[in-house]
Amino acid sequence: MQNTNVAYDSKVEGEVIVTQADAVINWIRKHSVWPMPMGLACCAIELMAAGGARFDISRFGMEVMRFSPRQADCMIVAGTVTYKMAEVVRRIYEQMAEPKWVVAMGACASTGGMYRSYATLQGVDRIVPVDVYISGCPPRPEALLDAMIKLQDKIGRERSVKNLTARNAEPAEAELAGAGKES
Amino acid sequence: MAKSEFAHLKERFDYLTERESADHLAVNCPADQLVELCTALRDELGYDLLLDVTAVDWDAQSPRFTGIYHLLSTTKHEYLRIAVDCADSIHPSLPSLCGLYAAANWHERETYDLMGIHYEGHPDLRRILMWDEYPYHPLRKDFPLAGIETPFPADDVAESTNAKVLPAPMAGGPFVSSADGPMSQTEPRARDESWNEQKEKPVE
Ligand code: SF4
Repeated sequence: MQNTNVAYDSKVEGEVIVTQADAVINWIRKHSVWPMPMGLACCAIELMAAGGARFDISRFGMEVMRFSPRQADCMIVAGTVTYKMAEVVRRIYEQMAEPKWVVAMGACASTGGMYRSYATLQGVDRIVPVDVYISGCPPRPEALLDAMIKLQDKIGRERSVKNLTARNAEPAEAELAGAGKES
Repeated sequence: MAKSEFAHLKERFDYLTERESADHLAVNCPADQLVELCTALRDELGYDLLLDVTAVDWDAQSPRFTGIYHLLSTTKHEYLRIAVDCADSIHPSLPSLCGLYAAANWHERETYDLMGIHYEGHPDLRRILMWDEYPYHPLRKDFPLAGIETPFPADDVAESTNAKVLPAPMAGGPFVSSADGPMSQTEPRARDESWNEQKEKPVE
C-alpha cells in the first residue's frame, strides 16, 4: 500500500494502524479478485495457461476462477463474442454481484478482431462496461497477468465508500438483495 | 478408374449424369431421385458415411441453388459427390436425408441457416448457427459480408445496452493473405487499401 493510504509509526500509534476506509476495502477487494472465465474462443487457451502452473495467476491473488457468475466479480471475456453469444455474456454479467469488473482479453473481445462479419459483435464494450482491454491475438498469459495487475491498481483507486452509499441510495429492494456482498 | 466407376453407377441409376470434378467421382442427380439413390448407395454399394451437406449459390444463374452431398464408403475407401439442383430459385427446397443418415440432421440445419434451402421431411429444421429470429441467410451471394442491420437477438439486452446488430466496419476488408509468396510476406491485408478507418472511402 502507498504511504497516502496508511500512516504508521510504532512509537506514536503503538498497535494501532491509521488508514482510510477506501484503502482497506480496496486492499481487500483487489487481492481477492474472483474471475469468471468467459472463454469463448482461442484466447481462452491462453487464459487457461495463465491459470496453470507455469504462469500461475495465483501469485497475484486471483486464481479462484468461478464458473458461476454468483461467485465471481471479474469477468474475463476471452474470445470472439458472436451476436448470438452476446446475449449470454450480458446476462452472466448482470448475474454477477456488485462490485464487478470486466476484462476484454484479445482483439476479438476488444474490437471484434479479425472477424469483421455479420456474425460478430464488434467489441464486447457494446454490451458490458470494460475496465481493461488486452491487445493481442491471442495475448500471452503475461499480458493477461499485466492486465489483471492493472485492474488491481484500478480497484485500488476506486472511491469504494462513496460508491457504497451512492449505490445504496437509489436502487430498488430487489437489487439490494444482491448487494449484500459489498459491505 | 473414376470413369468406369461412373459407368457402373449409370448402369444401375440411369438418371445420373457425370459431373466435372477435380478429385473424386461426382454425379448430378435429380431432386426427386435423391432419396432413392442414397438409400441404394448406403444399403447396397457401401457408402455408409455422410460426410458433408452443403450448397452452392450460383447467383444470377438458374437454377440458382445446388445442394451438394459428400458420401464416403468406409469399406471401399471411396468418396462420392452428389449434386442436386433446386428447381425453385426463390424458395429452394430438397428432400431431407435425415431418415437415412443421422449426420444429415445438423448439416441440413446449417445449410438451411446459411443458404436458406428447405429440407422437406427434416424433423426439426431450425437455424443452427444464427439465432432463430435472424431474417437472412448469410452465405447467399447477395448478402454482404459485413452484415445488415437487424434487431439485437434479445429484446431486454437490447433495451438495457442499446446494442444493435450493425454492419461490421469493413475498412477496405475483407482481410486476406495472398496465396503467392512465403508466409512472412503474405500477412493478411485489406483487399482495398485505398481506405480505412481514418481515411474515407474514395467515391468513384
Ligand atoms: S483475439 Fe485471436 S486468439 Fe483471441 S479469440 Fe480472437 S482470434 Fe482467437
